[in-house]
Amino acid sequence: MSTQETTTGGPSRLQQWRDRWNGMSRFQQWAFLVPLVLLIYALPVLNPPILSTEPGYTFSIAMFEVARYALVAIGLNVVVGQAGLLDLGYIGFFAIGAYVAALFTSPDSELAKLPYLVVLPLAVLVTMVFGVLLGSPTLRLRGDYLAIVTLGFGEIVRLLADLSPLRGNAGFQGVGQPPGTRADGQDVFNTSDGTPWYWLTVTLIIVVLMLVGNLERSRVGRAWVAIREDEDAAEIMGVPTFRFKLWAFAIGAAIGGLSGALYAGQIGFVNNQRFDVVTSVLFLAAVVLGGSGNKVGVLLGATVIAYVPLRFQSLYEYRYLIFGLALIILMIFRPQGLLGARQRLLAYGREAYRRLIGRPEQVSSDSALAAEPVKGAGS
Amino acid sequence: MSDVTDTGAKPGGEVDDDAEVPAVGGIVAELRHMSAEERARHEAEVAEVVAPDREIEVGVGDTLLAMRDVTLRFGGLVALDSVSFEIKRGEILGLIGPNGAGKTTCFNVITGVYRPTAGQVLLEGHPLGRRKRYAITQLGIARTFQNIRLFNEMTALENVVVGADARHRTSVLGALVRGPRHHREERQAVERAMALLEFVGIADRAADKAKNLPYGYQRRLEIARALATEPKLLCLDEPAAGFNPAEKEGLMELIRTIRDDGYTVLLIEHDMRLVMGVTDRIVVLEFGKKIAAGLPAEIRENPAVIAAYLGVPDDGVA
Ligand SMILES: Nc1ncnc2c1ncn2[C@@H]1O[C@H](COP(=O)(O)OP(=O)(O)O)[C@@H](O)[C@H]1O
Ligand SMILES: [Mg+2]
Repeated sequence: MSTQETTTGGPSRLQQWRDRWNGMSRFQQWAFLVPLVLLIYALPVLNPPILSTEPGYTFSIAMFEVARYALVAIGLNVVVGQAGLLDLGYIGFFAIGAYVAALFTSPDSELAKLPYLVVLPLAVLVTMVFGVLLGSPTLRLRGDYLAIVTLGFGEIVRLLADLSPLRGNAGFQGVGQPPGTRADGQDVFNTSDGTPWYWLTVTLIIVVLMLVGNLERSRVGRAWVAIREDEDAAEIMGVPTFRFKLWAFAIGAAIGGLSGALYAGQIGFVNNQRFDVVTSVLFLAAVVLGGSGNKVGVLLGATVIAYVPLRFQSLYEYRYLIFGLALIILMIFRPQGLLGARQRLLAYGREAYRRLIGRPEQVSSDSALAAEPVKGAGS
Repeated sequence: MSDVTDTGAKPGGEVDDDAEVPAVGGIVAELRHMSAEERARHEAEVAEVVAPDREIEVGVGDTLLAMRDVTLRFGGLVALDSVSFEIKRGEILGLIGPNGAGKTTCFNVITGVYRPTAGQVLLEGHPLGRRKRYAITQLGIARTFQNIRLFNEMTALENVVVGADARHRTSVLGALVRGPRHHREERQAVERAMALLEFVGIADRAADKAKNLPYGYQRRLEIARALATEPKLLCLDEPAAGFNPAEKEGLMELIRTIRDDGYTVLLIEHDMRLVMGVTDRIVVLEFGKKIAAGLPAEIRENPAVIAAYLGVPDDGVA
């Protein structure tokens, strides 16, 4: 309590919101969430003038961009936010996902063609395998080394794309897409309309969020957070840390691969120019900005990172500079990110806390948001 | 305030409603409104969850853990010099010695943090060998840390459940799809963790992040987390460090209860008077060597021990 970095005084509005949210029953939460989700689905159709990125950038495609960043951020959050493993080469997994999609659907590829909807899970599987391959040797290393090795991995994947089977700059045209034709004869999923892609991605985000949430509220999520908090103590308390780090890595990779495959499908073209290591930094910024270890936070962060440069086109060129500065400022004043880490790690936590103390758990007092009164006697 | 010890599952704990009220709430507060009979039943329930195996009384005296000529060097420094001793099932063994004597290092060897340069540690006759640290915990050795090492961003309850996870077998896939084993283990773990928090007397702060707990609570939380792994041997590294005398006495009471529940305890403690009061036998280390072992009364009279302690002014002989 005494060691909190406090930048602003008083209980903030955000904290009040949080308390109110946690005080709600499941039903009330759903009653709030369902309309919100419907609104989110409707966004590209509504194209609200204040949000619109047009005429500079097709709004539906901008929304897809936001969604794919959000998916990336959820995956990277498992690795960075939950398990506390600094992965600077996440773009590598994204690229692998995109190339798997291209290799099995593009007419430029020699490989057997598969339907896009089959390729999607295949991309997930393949990136997961790559996650294990990269993780097995490197996750025995400590933090700093891991960051450097993963950075190298991201670069290696990009360089491998220069090799002839992956066609370097020429790339793969005509990457596949999900089936379906509209009344006017056009494909439902095409490269000029982002809306169906956005809907598909948002749906996948919801599924992934539920699955990742299941893991979080289980021994797996607890193992991850324990590793993040104190790896040695975790191991000594019986957590097989290496195994769970590897799982975090593989699951994060799989989600990155999924996002990459969606990206390849929407844009219809994959070549070696699209997977700069710098983009890894943007991904990381998406996680850290909103608050790593906080699902709402990373969704928020991803939205900011993806949306702002598209909405304010004049900023696009400077996005690395702007987000870089924003991150530095944030790290100085609010190292836990906008929202701060928050996870629920018990499947039956709600009931348990109610029974024990008659209120939900302490949601956050680690931040500028809550001025936690000093209570209890201690020593 | 009397300290927070009196809330646990002490068999025959005071049932005096006018006793000074410990600063606890929730279930524990409810306890005060129960009849003596109800309360006894509740305490029995808590005790049942805390120490499910306590009926399996194994004869006190059979060796649980043995250190066999354990030597550990850090470069030129010999932190442990051919140390041998045995811990018998059901006892509280005190490990004492001046600062830097090698007590914590001893724990580190027992829990697999360091591997002995020479010698062996045997649990129930089997050498720990090159087992991983988590595997040693799963074999039944748990510990607390001299410098508290909780999972700060987790609630107290979550911290304890991590300990309980050492016994869990839910796979990642099982957790992903919330399979039946996941549900069963989650439910049991939460029940057990809640009981343990009550047992160590900190249930009222179950929902607080570990880093926001008062110091005394953090120490007790470490014990609850270690107990959650269902250890055969519980190693406590100066669990009462920084406590005032009343709090220390409360903690020793808790340790006695833990032993009575069927656990074997290895206790590092600086305060000689306390050690004498709570332990069954004592091993004394100095400069990495075992200089004495025996009953508390013998240790108190042992000239080598007295010399060791007098030689180090900052130790709490008082
Ligand atoms: N990791 C380490 N590296 C080098 N020296 C160590 C290490 N851990 C402990 N020591 C040394 O071993 C000796 C015993 O330390 P320790 O076991 O912590 O003593 P204590 O009996 O006070 O718990 C001390 O001299 C300490 O400096
Ligand atoms: Mg020590």
